[in-house]
Amino acid sequence: MLRLEKRPQPSRAWTYGAPVLAVILTIIFGMGLFAILGKDPLIAIKTIFWDPIFGPFAHFYRPEIVKKAAPLVLIAVGLSFGFRAGIWNIGAEGQYIIGAICGAGVALAFYPMEARWLIFPLMIVVGLVGGLLWAMIPAILRVVFKTNEILVSLMLVYVAEVLIKAFSIGLLRNPEGFGMPGSRNLRQYPSAANLDLIPNTGFHWGALAALMAVVAAYILFTRHQFGFNVRLAGQSPRAAGFAGVNANRLVILCMGISGALAGLAGLFEVAGPSGQILGSFPAFYGFTAIIVAFLGRLHPVGILFAGLIMALTYIGGQAAEAQLNLPAAAILTFQGMLLFCLLAVDVLTNYRFKFGQREAR
Amino acid sequence: MDINPILLLAALMVASTPILLAAIGELVVERAGVLNLGVEGMMIVGAVCGYIAGHSSGNPYFGFVGAACAGAVVSLVFAVLTQFLLTNQVATGLGLTMFGLGLSSLIGQDAVGSPDLTVAKLSFPILSDIPVLGPILFRHDLMVYLSIVIVAGVWAFLKYSRAGLILRAVGENHEAAHALGYNVRRVRVFAILFGGACAGLAGAYISLVRVPQWIDGITAGAGWIALAIVVFASWKPWRLIAGAYLFGGVTVLQLNLQAEGLKIPVEYLSMAPYLATIIVLVMIRAGRAPASLGKPFHPSS
Repeated sequence: MLRLEKRPQPSRAWTYGAPVLAVILTIIFGMGLFAILGKDPLIAIKTIFWDPIFGPFAHFYRPEIVKKAAPLVLIAVGLSFGFRAGIWNIGAEGQYIIGAICGAGVALAFYPMEARWLIFPLMIVVGLVGGLLWAMIPAILRVVFKTNEILVSLMLVYVAEVLIKAFSIGLLRNPEGFGMPGSRNLRQYPSAANLDLIPNTGFHWGALAALMAVVAAYILFTRHQFGFNVRLAGQSPRAAGFAGVNANRLVILCMGISGALAGLAGLFEVAGPSGQILGSFPAFYGFTAIIVAFLGRLHPVGILFAGLIMALTYIGGQAAEAQLNLPAAAILTFQGMLLFCLLAVDVLTNYRFKFGQREAR
Repeated sequence: MDINPILLLAALMVASTPILLAAIGELVVERAGVLNLGVEGMMIVGAVCGYIAGHSSGNPYFGFVGAACAGAVVSLVFAVLTQFLLTNQVATGLGLTMFGLGLSSLIGQDAVGSPDLTVAKLSFPILSDIPVLGPILFRHDLMVYLSIVIVAGVWAFLKYSRAGLILRAVGENHEAAHALGYNVRRVRVFAILFGGACAGLAGAYISLVRVPQWIDGITAGAGWIALAIVVFASWKPWRLIAGAYLFGGVTVLQLNLQAEGLKIPVEYLSMAPYLATIIVLVMIRAGRAPASLGKPFHPSS
């Protein structure tokens, strides 16, 4: 009889090995899924995981991977603070949308002024603050009224989705757009465009911000009192209370950080790869970033790699959609399976499997 | 403005039914000490499976049964992960929602329906003919009444049956229940399966009666509203009905106002159910949650 036995200490080997095993398991399950859909599993996996990096058209796909990874990493690093402390900001998607609306709103207000030194920094600040304030709603409600931050932050995603649709056909609509929904394209507005810092690499300001967030989070978690408080509060709220960690302040700070970074991600997305405020702007990044955060084991460096892998499944998924007629939803299912596998193999870190007769219970 | 209050109240009962069904399932799950945030995912899989089963067999009730089974099967993934592999319940529930959204649109991509599949409205002798009350209360389809019967059943089960007492004990203190010799994991797995079946039914009600059609993302957050209502109801079955009908009312009123062509733009009206959820969560002091809610349990400890 197979049974689980708790390890005295989490296994170090499995801490690093588990995510790798999870990816392998997901690929195996994914192959099953693709086979059921009537596609050759090996070709599907090769199209998704190999071709975008090493295939003949990789020079086209690689910048796209960086562009997709940047918002995912940025949001996931922010979420990792809250998730470590047991504060569940599920509404990053909403904060991301509001950041985009605020940032684009600033740019469009100044259009067509030519003053990049003023407009672009201002957009960054306003986008960040927009995401931050949107995240403050569930944070303050939790602190003051003890409302559940999961539900409130999630409800605000639906509100944000409604808002961006309303703005794209209302206040922010392109006056020269012949009545079509959507704002002016910010990529064609030099003072506001978030273009590649190094041409044709996909490395735009958002990617730079993501790298900076990774470094900052690493320093906070390993060298700073705040990171320690976050970890303590997650592992033992009671001990954190005795150590003088203010639980309410932690909620505000963690939600604030994740909201601000999600807002930034939204701003860089709307000024760069996406280009305009549109009803179809929300791209599920805020939700996928949750998977990224767990895939990276809530560790900044892990999140960086996880973001790149997740971006690869997006880009590879699109390639598979075009070349193999794989339905778009298949990749969403695949990402869900990745999260399941990841959570499941985590058991190996804290428990070990034992064969043997079960004791009477 | 000429919104007919009788039609409005009748539509309210239909709009509330999916939320009520999903919420009563989740209530049982949470009373057993498990927090399953995957309601939305289970619902939408139920919606697509119910739609396909109903339309391919030509019998909507077959669709509801199929949806309940599909919801239970999907919830089994959650049960295995959280109960046997001891995963974090919040993260697993979220994963279930994402997985469900993807899977449903995968299953439903070539779903075709026949236009003449309808769920029959029941009519009760005498009762249906009462003026005002008749159209509001007694001219609905079977599922509307079934949802209320399920709520009553869950209430009686939790309050009067020994199994219900065990379920509550497991939810309040799983260590103590384990020490008394109850199989905590088995109780929880059955609770999760029940929750999945109810969510499946709720989804099918949307795709077979309320809309009735299959579109990607058709549940549009109803599963999350159901989760909010469980908190609102302080984990008490009867209060769920008040909660669900309140939200159904906001939804229906909002739709009616849209149809009336009010000055408020349509977009802002469609925020109403979500904002109402937040306001209610703030205003209602939630009762005491089951003490073991969301905590992992391993029998060795």
